Amino acid sequence: MALFQISEPGMSPAPHERRLAVGIDLGTTNSLVATVRSGVPGTLPDQQGRMLLPSIVRYLPDGRAEVGYAAQARQSEDPKNTIVSVKRYMGRGVKDVAHVENAPYDFVDAPGMLQLRTCAGVKSPVEVSAEILRVLRLRAEAALGGEPEGAVITVPAYFDDAQRQATKDAGRLAGLNVLRLLNEPTAAAIAYGLENASEGVYAVYDLGGGTFDISILKLSKGVFEVIATAGDAALGGDDFDQRVFCWIVEEAKLAPLGPRDMRKLLVKSREAKEYLTTHGEAQLNGKLSTGEWIDLCLTTEKFCQITQNLVQKTLGPTRKALRDAGLTVDDIKGVVMVGGATRMPQIQRAVGEFFRRAPLNNLDPDKVVALGAAMQADVLAGNKPGGEDWLLLDVIPLSLGVETMGGLVERIVPRNSTIPVARAQEFTTFKDGQSAMSFHVVQGERELVSDCRSLARFDLKGIPPMAAGAARILVTYQVDADGLLSVSAREKTSGVEASVTVKPSYGLNDGDIERMLRDSYEHAREDMQARALAEHRVEGERLLEATRVALQADGALLEPAERAVIEKDMEALRAALPGVDHRAIKQATEALGRATDEFAARRMDANVRRALAGRKIANLEP
Amino acid sequence: MHPDRFASGGDAERRASMQWTTRLNEAYRTLRSPVLRAKYLLELEGVDLAFETNTAMPADFLMRHMELREALEAAGESKSASELDELRESLRADRAGLERALADAIDARKDYEAAADLTRKLMFLDKLDIEIDVAYESLEA
Repeated sequence: MALFQISEPGMSPAPHERRLAVGIDLGTTNSLVATVRSGVPGTLPDQQGRMLLPSIVRYLPDGRAEVGYAAQARQSEDPKNTIVSVKRYMGRGVKDVAHVENAPYDFVDAPGMLQLRTCAGVKSPVEVSAEILRVLRLRAEAALGGEPEGAVITVPAYFDDAQRQATKDAGRLAGLNVLRLLNEPTAAAIAYGLENASEGVYAVYDLGGGTFDISILKLSKGVFEVIATAGDAALGGDDFDQRVFCWIVEEAKLAPLGPRDMRKLLVKSREAKEYLTTHGEAQLNGKLSTGEWIDLCLTTEKFCQITQNLVQKTLGPTRKALRDAGLTVDDIKGVVMVGGATRMPQIQRAVGEFFRRAPLNNLDPDKVVALGAAMQADVLAGNKPGGEDWLLLDVIPLSLGVETMGGLVERIVPRNSTIPVARAQEFTTFKDGQSAMSFHVVQGERELVSDCRSLARFDLKGIPPMAAGAARILVTYQVDADGLLSVSAREKTSGVEASVTVKPSYGLNDGDIERMLRDSYEHAREDMQARALAEHRVEGERLLEATRVALQADGALLEPAERAVIEKDMEALRAALPGVDHRAIKQATEALGRATDEFAARRMDANVRRALAGRKIANLEP
Repeated sequence: MHPDRFASGGDAERRASMQWTTRLNEAYRTLRSPVLRAKYLLELEGVDLAFETNTAMPADFLMRHMELREALEAAGESKSASELDELRESLRADRAGLERALADAIDARKDYEAAADLTRKLMFLDKLDIEIDVAYESLEA
């Protein structure tokens, strides 16, 4: 359906009505939800006043799930059914996951994404993440007194297409309208930049529970332009816990551990790590199920020593990001620290030494991402009055390419391209009379396909018989503002076409999502009906209003006959709205949407012409 | 035009906004890169760079290029980041010189053939620049 909100940026059709929108930081360790109220962003607490929601989901035999502190409290007792750090498994296969042997789960190696066997059945990481998002959605509903119309969910900048797609699917599964996936360091830069009215080039060093990102941004006149980003999608605070865990096993000369003891020691490792942030040494003691006693003391010095190469591992991507940006450390005005793991003194020290300046720690590293996401959600929902406008220009973190002869990768969209971006490349057939061509879409920086991540495969069929090399096949990659890719291929002389929204190899297909949605709503069918009716009514009313405003402003762009068609569909929708049949309302809304598609496109073009008329290039630079 | 302005808009609007922004981003990229900008300006003047086929370069430029390439190899072998830093610095200086000459050829002298030669040289150096990145990366791996 086509909604018209072209009028002026930020002006919604009904200015008095604020749209509820939330920003969600779906973290490896903790998750948060935030919103903007009266222009001020803030995180939303649970009923006990706690902001953080531990990203832990415990499945119960009756199929229910406990999320957050309740699940955290039981994790050592019930390790197999209590999933922590599920973010590490999003869009990943078993072979992609480091330390599989140290995770107390029953993994199922499904094609594409791994799954976890629990007492409530086999669960995909998408479903587990959706449980967390659902709790945050309910929290937001309670705090805001209504259902949020849209959400911005943050992802590590270095997430690839499969991981992004999985995150978006989790949002859908949790009943959220995902307005945008936003890169975590970018979200932090928004929160930091708007709070401090910063201008200049900043680095955001984001070490979370399971991921590391470094982004270099240029802040100028309300434009947040990401110049380069790099990172490691499998490096975070968890790895520091792992190091402590391995140290304990070695020091105490422990035999291979059962899941409970493993989880217990991991929890102790984490507590010791956190304790060492403000203390010189941490005691580790307790009794294992085997009857063995642990009694160890970990000093800050030892801790720094066993984690030193993890700290170093973050500096490689940092150098790479600077190089990609064509900058040196002297060009950086400040380094914003994000993520709970940046509290570790050795991280602060290493970053300070590398950038030759004290890192900026004046925002809560746990909350800053959610706050930035809330600010972006507020803008996307159309709540910003024209005056305080700002804009984000983000990039893709990893190059996108296609497999060519010999298992090599031909790069089509290079990393750090500003999104949205589209690139096309021409290929040809290599056999006489070849009637089909297979495409293998990959993501990564390596030359060999086998070293990159496989995103999708698709075929272009029905190429008319031609001599080898005569066909001209144009492959187009389009990356949208969420960083998600769709690919199309077209034979130019015959017009044969094939396209794919990248999903198949990794992530879930639409059928899976629908099935999961059905499962989760099974017990609440009536609820669902009522909800669908309410949703479709709101959509219909909004489209009607937007169309009315658009006709008033730009009716001249339409022929009288075209206008008559639109008005007829408006009348039909108006008649359907008071009814209780949500399908009829949806159909009437869609009909009006289709009727106004062309009108929307014309208005957009006219708008561009108006905006560009008489302007010089110099004034147009973002 | 940015999709952020139309996130709660309809499908058609979001599509149109994405396409327009894609073009704007492409334009901005072209404007920002000296090589792409020169290439585009020369295309407007009807000059084809023919980078793939026209690889003739004056001897002194080739000598200099070879010198830089040898320095790159040496730095790679001795795994020296400081040598790479130096190399990048001297490449940067070479490029800045070429860019100034290019601006002069296009804007002041309107000598498009000379500009095409300069652009080809810049593209040579760009390739070298990418190889320096690769050398850094293998150093850090």
